[in-house]
Amino acid sequence: MKNQIKFVQGNEACVEAALYAGLDFFAGYPITPSTEIAEHMAVRLPQIGGRFLQMEDEIASLCAIIGASLTGNKVMTATSGPGFSLMQEALGYAIMTEIPCVIVNVQRGGPSTGLPTHASQGDINQARWGTHGDHAIIALTASNHQDLFDITVEAFNLAETYRTPVILMLDEITGHMRERLHIPKPGKIPIVSRLKTSVKQGVDYHPYLPREDGRLPMSDFGGIHRYNVTGLFHDMWGFPTDNPQIVHGLLRHLLDKIGNNVHLIAKYKEYYLEDATTILVSYGSSARSALHLVNNRRNRGERLGLLELQTLWPFPYGIVREKCANARHVLVVEMNMGQILREVKIAVEDPEKVFLANRIDGMFITPTDIRNILRLIQGKGV
Amino acid sequence: MSEKTTILTLPEEELVHPGNRACAGCGLSIIYRIGLKALGRDTILVVPPSCLTVLQGLYPIASTQLPCLNVTFASTAAAATGVLGALRAQGREKTTVAAWAGDGGTSDIGIQALSGACERGENFIFICYDNEAYMNTGVQRSGTTPQGVITTTTPIRGKLQKKKEVPAIIAAHGIDYVATASAAYPLDLYDKIKKAKTISGPKYLHVHCPCPAGWGFDPRYTVKIGKLAVETGLYDIYEIEKGKFQLTGPSQKLDNKKRKPVSDYFKTQSRFRALSKERIQEIQQSIDEKWEGYQKN
Repeated sequence: MKNQIKFVQGNEACVEAALYAGLDFFAGYPITPSTEIAEHMAVRLPQIGGRFLQMEDEIASLCAIIGASLTGNKVMTATSGPGFSLMQEALGYAIMTEIPCVIVNVQRGGPSTGLPTHASQGDINQARWGTHGDHAIIALTASNHQDLFDITVEAFNLAETYRTPVILMLDEITGHMRERLHIPKPGKIPIVSRLKTSVKQGVDYHPYLPREDGRLPMSDFGGIHRYNVTGLFHDMWGFPTDNPQIVHGLLRHLLDKIGNNVHLIAKYKEYYLEDATTILVSYGSSARSALHLVNNRRNRGERLGLLELQTLWPFPYGIVREKCANARHVLVVEMNMGQILREVKIAVEDPEKVFLANRIDGMFITPTDIRNILRLIQGKGV
Repeated sequence: MSEKTTILTLPEEELVHPGNRACAGCGLSIIYRIGLKALGRDTILVVPPSCLTVLQGLYPIASTQLPCLNVTFASTAAAATGVLGALRAQGREKTTVAAWAGDGGTSDIGIQALSGACERGENFIFICYDNEAYMNTGVQRSGTTPQGVITTTTPIRGKLQKKKEVPAIIAAHGIDYVATASAAYPLDLYDKIKKAKTISGPKYLHVHCPCPAGWGFDPRYTVKIGKLAVETGLYDIYEIEKGKFQLTGPSQKLDNKKRKPVSDYFKTQSRFRALSKERIQEIQQSIDEKWEGYQKN
């Protein structure tokens, strides 16, 4: 394999990782700043015999990949805020019907049309609660292209493992920034294939009957088994039901299959946490500035550390509590009004010691921005 | 239309400020300037995300003197419906409501709202400026991109599907006025908008709008290329008034002898570079058949 090292945008790194993970179907719709993902897919997928579709809107894009996934493909779509809003109903459908898919949201400023070409991390709570009804979701992010590659592959692995949509929360900075990317040799990062049923043709297959470990083996739709799929509450056959016991059981299953595996799903990186008296908690492109500041201040002897979250949902409360236990101050660095701050406050024992360093003006939060807020908290003035 | 507007009889009042953020040679700049003259000052514009929102510019270099409601992508005709309803409730029925959208905002994501408004019989003018791709996000194919065109999402063989015939779809709603026009013939567009203003109920205008950046030609050739599309018989200018189809303006003057070969049009733009000779031959044949049909009627 040639060209192992590339100098690419984050959006292109995401495409290469998706192909590495075995993606063979992509449907999307142009929207800044995610469009390059669709554009690269349009070039790369035909080269490997995959299928690229440009749909008529984002609703159609997500529904197309849901149909393709159920029928046996590894699928993804990519969008940004307004498109992600349109996708919310279908997102709930994929959660309810347990159809694996990866949705990339390259965040821009919102609400509404907002700031199409500027940076924001304002959709973090939408990823968690955007679609209606109680539900669980997995959302991941990364701060540099090499991590983005790994995390994108992980997104596919988690989607196939837990039969759930996985949301990849990039932002305008990570999407458009160019950086070195080393594409690993095939097999270096493990790829999870879909669990297929061993039930033979002519034998009853129950699409929604979990095994003992909670996983649901799939059968390619329209293949050897005939079964029903619906967004209504359904029984093990996939047929609609309003039986309270079954309704309760299904909802618990949807919540627990992710909620009980937070320790397996959670990914994070830590820098100098052992002796840190002030801990920055950050993610995505904001974590780049946070890391720069931490490295800089460490050189001057300040005991600063960084906890970089890569799994945003389900929120790793236990990990955050443990890592921040000995810190005097915790500073959450993000480009929104404190969407992860709220979770960190819930996680730690003393919410009073948690502060926010943010920017909400479309501009990238810089190390200087963070330092100025840090000095205020430490009582040193600006 | 009794009297055709000429450059001498065109109103002098400008509703678009000079200097805007459109690319050099943008066909939309022409039709927006002339179109607003026809719509007049007592107009409310409803515009989805599109090149037009870029052309409008950022404060303080906003280009339009009319109130403009810049709505979400899928909802142009729906928002126009709301504006109309409120105007009616206030007794301001003389104010024109004009929805002005690109081809994506009309034929793809916007068609549901447009179809709904046409079926309800909303009294508005919907103008689609068709630059035949998503130009605002960097040239991705749309429903109205012609077959064979290279875009960033049809990068190898060009678009495989045919251009969606949006005027025919809208005409199928049985509305009283559907017309096509071209940025190369702005006065024809002016007269058609004027005429649309006299008709009640939904009116639909589809305007062919050359785009130098997206189509791959020199900005100075915008009008020339717009004219070529009509002169080759590829893009036709017509009206469907109360269900009656009639070629108008420059298309009306075309007959079989005068039509230029369609290859003349294709070779002016880099977006058609994937078209094979056989494919061009097929397209020429379909144009010839289309025109034979026109002449029979």
